[in-house]
Amino acid sequence: MALSLEEVNHVATLARLALSEDEKTALAEQLSLILAYVERLNELDTGEIEPLIHILPVFNVLRKDETLPGSSQEEILANAPLVEEGQYKVPRII
Amino acid sequence: MDLYKFTIHELQDKLQAGEISSEDIVKSLFSRIADMEDKVQAFITLCEAAALKSARGIDGEGQYGGIKGIPYGLKDLFCTRGIKTTCASRMLENFVPSYESTASCRLNEKGGILLGKLNLDEFAMGSSTEQSAFFPSRNPWDWERVPGGSSGGSAAAVAAGEIPYALASDTGGSIRQPASYCGIVGLKPTYGRVSRWGVAAFASSLDQVGILSRDVRDCALILEIIAGKDPLDSTSADIEVPNYSAFLDGEVKGMRIAYPREYFRQGVAESTRAAVMKALHKFEELGAIVEEVSLPHSEYALPAYYIVAPAEASTNLARFDGVRYGLRDSEADNVADMFSSSRAQGFGPEVKRRIMLGTYALSSGYYDAYYLKALKVRRLIAQDFEKVFRDFDLIVSPTTPTTAFKLGEQIDDTLTLYLNDALTVPVNMAGLPGISIPCGLDNDALPVGMQLISWAFDEATLFKAAYAFEQNTDYHRLTPVSGGGING
Repeated sequence: MALSLEEVNHVATLARLALSEDEKTALAEQLSLILAYVERLNELDTGEIEPLIHILPVFNVLRKDETLPGSSQEEILANAPLVEEGQYKVPRII
Repeated sequence: MDLYKFTIHELQDKLQAGEISSEDIVKSLFSRIADMEDKVQAFITLCEAAALKSARGIDGEGQYGGIKGIPYGLKDLFCTRGIKTTCASRMLENFVPSYESTASCRLNEKGGILLGKLNLDEFAMGSSTEQSAFFPSRNPWDWERVPGGSSGGSAAAVAAGEIPYALASDTGGSIRQPASYCGIVGLKPTYGRVSRWGVAAFASSLDQVGILSRDVRDCALILEIIAGKDPLDSTSADIEVPNYSAFLDGEVKGMRIAYPREYFRQGVAESTRAAVMKALHKFEELGAIVEEVSLPHSEYALPAYYIVAPAEASTNLARFDGVRYGLRDSEADNVADMFSSSRAQGFGPEVKRRIMLGTYALSSGYYDAYYLKALKVRRLIAQDFEKVFRDFDLIVSPTTPTTAFKLGEQIDDTLTLYLNDALTVPVNMAGLPGISIPCGLDNDALPVGMQLISWAFDEATLFKAAYAFEQNTDYHRLTPVSGGGING
């Protein structure tokens, strides 16, 4: 199925990607090609098949609720682009 | 002595015999790197001073054993405490983790010495390292060709003798495909066999940590160290880790080996097909029972993968928002624009493509048609393998449809590029272990890789069969670099 530019715009908004017009045009074409390739999955009747969500048997893994050694606030903030008074600083939200 | 030529187990023997020191090894490897790196371009970061210091410390203790004093490399998506970890992305160009991945931590605890961080396709998305934001790595067998990907820097470094082994990750073939292209050994263990803690996530239900090495014995040795339950990764399996080296007895008599007919079609080059068929005859000669089987849903694995993997990637990469770490567009005057423009500047084209594809597949109205459908097909693929493993111990196929392609050859052709993974992706979809070992050269004198697949948590059978093949052939001794070969 072909993806329109409007759809690409919508998906880019959902994905929080500020794409250029050229990127959007290229992506509309490339994603349409990939989706056309993926269409062949519809050759298979999967009506009765359970989706495979976990490849291994999974169960909740619990541990005691206790503090373990980890990175310090200083170490963690060292990678932040902008910090003020020990907090992440971001532009205006509202 | 050219110590860069030796495998881990050969270096172990020399250290224990008192013939060499760890410092000798580290120096030999850095001199090899100095000679080769302008061609190979495998490393993003080198840790020469720290490596020499560690080696001298170990030599000072004067006791060796295991991997103590033996260097290694890491694909640059393993977090290393205090050492830059970029994922070959502009997004993380200056990221210095405050913690260490469990897998590399286990090597370090045993005295492994990190030499450097190795190039990859950005966030492990690609098949050639041409998607690295920094530079492409090159194939030591032919500098005009790609080393494969995404762990191409790791495979090229091992093949060129710059390091004896590396840890990497494999989501759809990212260890086995470059191992095949570079003529070395590449193992993707069972999903859950090795902790993923501290390894940048691409597609969490498919990602697995594995090994690139020069022979099977080295590979078994390293898996023994890194495998096992980790409280920091809830998907790591609480299943006993066997002594893999004990299975290296060269014996395949009575082993039941299947070769799926679908894996010898799908655009497989004649010379690749012939090399693997010849290898199957070798197994037969050694007493194995070899039969053709069918994995009927094989052709659907790749299209299903290209929904499942991007869907998971789009959610995993949502964390890169310019707030806590990574690149930020400091010009944006509100937070929503800051997210969008930071991500647009930080990610390269393939990563954007997969985020877009994954976001689309998970978006309202399309979830059932794409994502749920792909998960149902994923079960069919897993069931195909389950049926074959009721009657067989091992599945053998080519690792890749062709040998290494040329740089630039497939960069604009996304779908062709994805087809390189057609024979490795099904193994990740089913969570099974797979190993690629060299099994011949094609008409261009490029290495051909053979993939061995076993049942979940039965890496021992992979090692047993791969070792038997290696002991009875010389392909792993073939040298890629004229005049400076690593095994010659």
